[in-house]
Amino acid sequence: MIEVIVITGRTTDQGMTIDEKLSNDYMKAVCYCEMNERDMSVIGVNEGDRVKIKTEFGEVVLYAKKAVTKDLELPEGVVFIPMGPYANQVVGKSNGSGTPQYKGIKGYVEATQEDVKPVEELIRVVK
Amino acid sequence: MKNAICTFCGNVCDDIEFDGTVGKNLCPIGEAKFAAKRRMEAPTIEGEKVSYEEAIERAAEILVNAKRPLLYGWASTVNEAIKLGVILAEKLGGIYDQCSSVCHAPSTLAMIEEGIPGGTLGQAKNRADVIVFWGCNPVEAHPRHPSRYSVMARGFLTKGRQYRHIVVVDVRKTATAYLATEFYQIKPGYDFAVFTALRSIVNGHEDAVPDEVGGLSKEKLKELADVLMDGKYGVIFYGLGLTHSRGQDRNVECIVKLVQTLNRQTRYILQPMRGHFNVVGAGAVAAWEAGYEYAIDFSRGYPRFSPSEFTAVEALLRKDCDAALIVASDPAAHFPKKAVERLAEIPVIQIDPHPNVTTLLADIVIPSAIVGIEAEGTVYRMDGIPLRVKKLRETEYWSDYQILRLMLDKVIQMKGE
Ligand code: SF4
Repeated sequence: MIEVIVITGRTTDQGMTIDEKLSNDYMKAVCYCEMNERDMSVIGVNEGDRVKIKTEFGEVVLYAKKAVTKDLELPEGVVFIPMGPYANQVVGKSNGSGTPQYKGIKGYVEATQEDVKPVEELIRVVK
Repeated sequence: MKNAICTFCGNVCDDIEFDGTVGKNLCPIGEAKFAAKRRMEAPTIEGEKVSYEEAIERAAEILVNAKRPLLYGWASTVNEAIKLGVILAEKLGGIYDQCSSVCHAPSTLAMIEEGIPGGTLGQAKNRADVIVFWGCNPVEAHPRHPSRYSVMARGFLTKGRQYRHIVVVDVRKTATAYLATEFYQIKPGYDFAVFTALRSIVNGHEDAVPDEVGGLSKEKLKELADVLMDGKYGVIFYGLGLTHSRGQDRNVECIVKLVQTLNRQTRYILQPMRGHFNVVGAGAVAAWEAGYEYAIDFSRGYPRFSPSEFTAVEALLRKDCDAALIVASDPAAHFPKKAVERLAEIPVIQIDPHPNVTTLLADIVIPSAIVGIEAEGTVYRMDGIPLRVKKLRETEYWSDYQILRLMLDKVIQMKGE
């Protein structure tokens, strides 16, 4: 398990599937986390393996994705999750501004064998 | 149809050609927006299909019987519908809040404190020789921004990419960073410190700056300050990198102050990269109607603004609302989990063109026409320029305006006003 800073944000794929949130394409667009290659080797995961992210607000299982290709470079110790229902399992409070802090949340990442839940299931748990 | 308008992101591109099924000049996200996709067949109450009139009547009953309903969303519809939403919130004694409250609302707070040295995207295109993208990634979030308004845009006075110095500042090397003349990578949560250091240098106090700030060496900071001061007309575009991370509204205040400082020596403007095509309208219309842009509570009969109490997320976390009307938005996909849990406990009425995550917990679902394709009206581009979006094809779906008009009439009738 390593300590990380979690950031979230838009991606093109998230934007392209935003009107089809109950589709597989949307799930694929938002259910991963980008990590620095060296962090991946420290926790022993390869691209496509599952990782669990924990913060004080909750936890979520995601697919790991290497952030080393041209468009996706991340420093060590920072993980990126596309905005959406997965990212929202681990984001939280607003420090008085009324707007939640969606970036810069302290968390932990570890390898896991647990499943990545479909969007419907994340919501069923809530209901 | 020529000069159709794309109703996805805050760029609101107004040069789209649309033949009824396929659009030209769109970016991949715009193409996806215009492509055919799954729709809801009819309004439903608890999953049972009903007529528009029945769904709206039942929705009005729920809202009238609620003590303090939350009316949330609004960023992806037209100003005419938003206006009805604000009036509805007032009649119901509820809370009006809009998508900004999980996005650029800290910018609004900063602008209440500091004002904004603002301009238009036309000025960026025609004049800017220095363009800064700070904590934003237009290549993925506003794909045609670089070609239409900024990096590669061919303006009257600044004629293209080779005449512009492009700076990208971010915590990670984004796709936009590859368009930059220079990319500066800072540590997450250190924007405020870096702005303060830059202000000191621009003010002639570089001796007050330590050797390293937020991951940038003093040399790098001086280099960046020089680039900024050398600009004849600069534009700083910033994104949620500031409003979503440590400091939030204070980060934006500090960048406004940096721009004010630069304006003593040269000319700079500041522009937030607003997300949805009419999120500016969701704030502006509420401001005309009630004096505030978001987080407005009408439960005392007059508008009160208090973001730490009345944003949708805060009101849900405090269990301060007992029903919700969600229009043109998907809070179940975009709110922190705890707020979604509360939303699942109360009656939810949804008005939206497409099924989304909120649909999974809505009790009443009212499908609407897609704004800019099946319904017309006025929207504000990210820089506040009003544009009239068009109706490009006929539909059986009611527009947000029609649905809300009938809902407001029903509410007025039920309340006997
Ligand atoms: S840049 Fe934005 S407004 Fe323009 S076509 Fe793409 S999604 Fe539509």
